[in-house]
Amino acid sequence: MTGPVGHLATLLALLLACVGAVAAFRGGRAGGERFLTAGRRAAFALAGFVAFAFLTMEYALVTHNFSVEYVAQVGSRETPLFYTIISLWSALEGSILLWALILAIYTAVVAWSIGRSTEPVPTDIAYSLGTLFLVNVFFLILISFPANPFNTLSPVPANGPGPNALLQNHAFMGVHPPLLYIGYVGMAVPFSFAFGALLAGRLDADWPRRIRRWALVPWGFLSLGVVAGAWWSYEVLGWGGYWAWDPVENASFMPWLTATAFLHSVMVQERRGMLKMWTLTLIISTFLLTLLGTFLTRSGVLASVHAFSEGVIGPFFLTFLGLVLLASLALLAWRGEAFRSTGRLDSAVSRETAFLINNLLFVAFAFIVLLGTMFPLIAEAVRGVKVSVGAPYFNQMSIPVGLLLIFLVGVGPALPWRKGTPDALGRKLRWPTVAAAVAGVLLFAFGIRAPLAWLTFTLAVFALGLLVGEFLEPARARQRARGESLVRALVGVCVSNRRRYGGYVVHFGVLLIAVGIAASGTFRREGEWTIRKGQVQVFGDYALQFDSLWAVAEPQRDGVIAAMTAFHRGKSLGPYYPRLNYYRVTREPIATPAVREGAKEDLYLVLMAYAEDGAHATVKAIVSPLVGWIWIGGIVMGLGVIFGLWPRRRGGEAADAAPTPGAFAGREAVVGAGGGA
Amino acid sequence: MALTKRMTGTLIGGAIILGVFAYLIWGGIGANLVYFLTPSELLAKGASAYGSSLRLGGMVEAGSVRWEADKRELRFRLKDEDRTVEVMSSGAPPQMFTEGIGAVVEGVWTPEGVFKSHNLMVKHSNEYRAPRSGDQQPAEYYRQLFKQQQGQ
Repeated sequence: MTGPVGHLATLLALLLACVGAVAAFRGGRAGGERFLTAGRRAAFALAGFVAFAFLTMEYALVTHNFSVEYVAQVGSRETPLFYTIISLWSALEGSILLWALILAIYTAVVAWSIGRSTEPVPTDIAYSLGTLFLVNVFFLILISFPANPFNTLSPVPANGPGPNALLQNHAFMGVHPPLLYIGYVGMAVPFSFAFGALLAGRLDADWPRRIRRWALVPWGFLSLGVVAGAWWSYEVLGWGGYWAWDPVENASFMPWLTATAFLHSVMVQERRGMLKMWTLTLIISTFLLTLLGTFLTRSGVLASVHAFSEGVIGPFFLTFLGLVLLASLALLAWRGEAFRSTGRLDSAVSRETAFLINNLLFVAFAFIVLLGTMFPLIAEAVRGVKVSVGAPYFNQMSIPVGLLLIFLVGVGPALPWRKGTPDALGRKLRWPTVAAAVAGVLLFAFGIRAPLAWLTFTLAVFALGLLVGEFLEPARARQRARGESLVRALVGVCVSNRRRYGGYVVHFGVLLIAVGIAASGTFRREGEWTIRKGQVQVFGDYALQFDSLWAVAEPQRDGVIAAMTAFHRGKSLGPYYPRLNYYRVTREPIATPAVREGAKEDLYLVLMAYAEDGAHATVKAIVSPLVGWIWIGGIVMGLGVIFGLWPRRRGGEAADAAPTPGAFAGREAVVGAGGGA
Repeated sequence: MALTKRMTGTLIGGAIILGVFAYLIWGGIGANLVYFLTPSELLAKGASAYGSSLRLGGMVEAGSVRWEADKRELRFRLKDEDRTVEVMSSGAPPQMFTEGIGAVVEGVWTPEGVFKSHNLMVKHSNEYRAPRSGDQQPAEYYRQLFKQQQGQ
């Protein structure tokens, strides 16, 4: 019964999404309040039904109901409960169900925030809700028909193979996909706000703030999801790296790049009334890239161009992608005149110019990744050859772009809007330049001379210097004016302009990541040896002793575990247990590396091979300096987003931001007030 | 609509930037393409394939595997239906590397007629399939290790 019940829930959700779309679009026209109310209620019911379908699938998985085809595909009686729960998103149908759930929740939240308004809802917002319903319709058709996870099987198998071995090898699989999906799917919300505004031909003064806030939430999750994906790759795949420019990784990274460009350009729109069409184009592109990414990773097109046409998902996605692209292009062309810039560039030395260059760099970056990812598909389709674009292409092309972006992190905030004067700029950049020069000389003196690493570190110090100044200068002024302690003044400055300082915290996280990437990429050391039992292998400052080898039988897998004692400069670091796991799904073992994480460097041990009698083991060891800074940087970015979005206390600090009557607009005003970032 | 001087300048500037960018991307991709070939395709290319970065995929020929522990060199032959290619790979073989298994090597094809590989991958099959008779089961590799543990 579970299968049909779940399927019925998705069908009802599909019906509600259709009804909601009609109601919301009608609700945007004159006298449509009643329709809009109906549309909002449809959104709540929609979320309820999709959540019900999701929980039904979880129930089927947890109770090992193998009559449901998806459970028979990814479940097994031996899989531990935690991995059974997260196996919902370990294959195509289930991950689209997760996608549909997150989308439905976003839709309900948007509907809820519209309902808080006491004023008539503007047409563009009603149309945005309608657009969001249409996106729901697409994904619900997908899980109702071609990718229905609730198909039933007869006869019912006694057991299943369990999820993909790689996906049940680390608990991170419970964190990374949901984070990524909340970010990825959430881009549908700012997209629908852009689309609704284009349909209505109306872009009110509050639009940039509203869409920025709605974009910032998924952007924050997407950032965390991308970093968590890199971390997962590092902890699970056993090659000691974290980013291989794999199409799956690129699929998550491309929308992040365009969304980041959008978050910057929308500020120019807000402050100067410029770049309206460009901003709309960026957020629409972001959504298209999420669709493209899902198409690439889920249709099988990457394995072979010809594989995707065999499945139903591929053509389906391609059609939807094409429709969204055509509709967006048509709307952009049609509304072009209405969304002309009202401001213009006053000076080449201004915040606007910095944002413009930032945007060009981010878009160029996205193009680099897009072309590198798509090239093998094009080459196979056109010339019939199987090629891959090597990682060096991505590295060569993206490193200069990345370095320029770090430089901009250091210069952009120092530039005032409209027109900067050389004097003011010089004053702001004086100390960062001195700090960078000192750092550059010191790094060189201490032997850090690899050009890319040296340049990255020096630029990071420069950018850090400016960030520190941006915190300290106003804090010192406030300290003098109010006689507060420096710490108190610093907190006061940050809290009074959360949006700006949240942004700076994000920049700080980006700098940590840049330093981590440059250091671990440049100064990585690795070695591989076959070590006899009881013997010690020297590896730079480290020594590795192979103590013993044994096998364990666990319900869902067998493991071969090597016990190693690691020493650093003669001091024991304790035992480490790199292992190889044998799952029933695959014949090849999956390595689980043992990692000693440190602020300065990680020691990463992988068991590569072993003698069948345990007499010797082949071990690979990798030392990656500062690699942990990447994960910490990701967390700092997340904290920055939370700080920037945190609602102000009523009264108190918010006194200077008079709330506007409409709650929908008012909430935005509270958050965006005084936003100068 | 008449183009103002400012707009013309912007357009020309934009076109130049785009052109340079496109040139860089094209060159970058072209220089870093890795072709995926079978032994027959590689041998058909002959001398034109020397030196460029390639991926070669095939089956490990039975009786061809030699591991030279002192030099840490692994030598074997990869075959498809028709042809075989001699491969020299640096580093120890991965645990599941056996004769008859599918493998992909990354490296360069040299005039000495040896494919020099820096990366050896055993072909992963994520799909579950019932083991065929004659397949060596993974458990056979570590059965002894269970026994040792019990004996201790």
